[in-house]
Amino acid sequence: MHDHHDHADAGGGTAMSEVEARVRALETVLTEKGHLDPAALDALIDHFQTQVGPRNGAQVVARAWTDPAFADRLRQDATAAIGELGFLGQQGEHMVAVWNDASTHHLVVCTLCSCYPWPVLGLPPAWYKSFAYRSRAVREPRRVIAECGHDVPAGKQIRVWDSTAEIRYLVIPERPDGTDGWPAERLAALVTRDAMIGTGVALPPDPAPQSPAEDAA
Amino acid sequence: MNGVHDMGGMHGFGPVRPEADEPVFHADWESRAFAMNLLLGWVSGQNLDASRHGLERLAPADYLGASYYARWALGIAQNALESGLATAEELAEGRVLVPPRPDAPAAATAEAALNAACTGGWYARDPDAPARFAVGNRVRARKTAPTGHTRLPRYVQGAVGTVVLVHAPHVLPDASAHGEERAEWLYAVRFAGKDLWGEAAEPGASTAIDAWESYLEPA
Repeated sequence: MHDHHDHADAGGGTAMSEVEARVRALETVLTEKGHLDPAALDALIDHFQTQVGPRNGAQVVARAWTDPAFADRLRQDATAAIGELGFLGQQGEHMVAVWNDASTHHLVVCTLCSCYPWPVLGLPPAWYKSFAYRSRAVREPRRVIAECGHDVPAGKQIRVWDSTAEIRYLVIPERPDGTDGWPAERLAALVTRDAMIGTGVALPPDPAPQSPAEDAA
Repeated sequence: MNGVHDMGGMHGFGPVRPEADEPVFHADWESRAFAMNLLLGWVSGQNLDASRHGLERLAPADYLGASYYARWALGIAQNALESGLATAEELAEGRVLVPPRPDAPAAATAEAALNAACTGGWYARDPDAPARFAVGNRVRARKTAPTGHTRLPRYVQGAVGTVVLVHAPHVLPDASAHGEERAEWLYAVRFAGKDLWGEAAEPGASTAIDAWESYLEPA
């Protein structure tokens, strides 16, 4: 029972040969009948493996941290602001950005299925789609975030957003201390996928050498 | 419908287990199922809401017993059967046994598929009536048990919350999943943890859902 649950919920599950055979049969029959073009399958798979991912969202966050006018536009109309950077598309048609601050931490979930902002974060990780996350994020968000490796400070409110419609929420994490004057490209490297879901926060600046010049010296 | 997909608040699924350096897909068949699901919707005419409802209609044991993309594979097969694109015998044998449905649209090309993925849909509609609720209004999520599709989760039903965002009119999934397009004002409504979970709520936590106007009544 335990093994079965773990397996299914984590993304393995259902005897591999059976599901593989089902998928192969579907592709063969639908292709041979002219309903499906395998080249279109290949193109979509490549797109979602290589063209979208959390680095897109990280650019949005870093821009918001460094460009107050952009941050204002992101607050007013996130869809249009993210569109300026070219990160719109399927499952990112209607965007809302929510800002973490000293008193508030945001967390995004989809309890009913697996809604996730593909153009800015890519496809969701298995845990985001797991029954455990979907069932618990709304009832005990603080514990769930802790299981993901971040302890939300005791005084902070936690605001969960359950994506029940076509609105997709992007969390704008707090900018880490010690990053004054950093350009957006350098800041973007601190913005993790989890920070934009709300199960984490932005990384602290690397304590290693601060500039390439020093590094080279 | 009151299905097992409506998981908010349930117990018993164990801890959340993030995977380090997780790949986008864990096996080739997952990527094939993912892309096939996107493409098949365009050929079968099944929209996003109908597709979600298809997964909700899987037998509860099948839903819970399948991994994520295995569930999608079940949904694709169900869609292919219901839309007449394939027969059960064909899917069992993995080969064509009857002629294709003559009225089915041509398969999407790679270019069309990428274009659709990069463009997406558009679910907002122009208002034809003023919004009934405003930010700050107290509203109650209606109690309901429709046999069809809905996006009103059980865990908020009957609870009173506060409107925090007025989005725009959006296509109503309850109608769209069943072939009728109708738009209603969409709101984000936030519920205090104690109003959802009572004494079990974590202090300082609250949850917002996006709710169409007919999901709500003044409180």
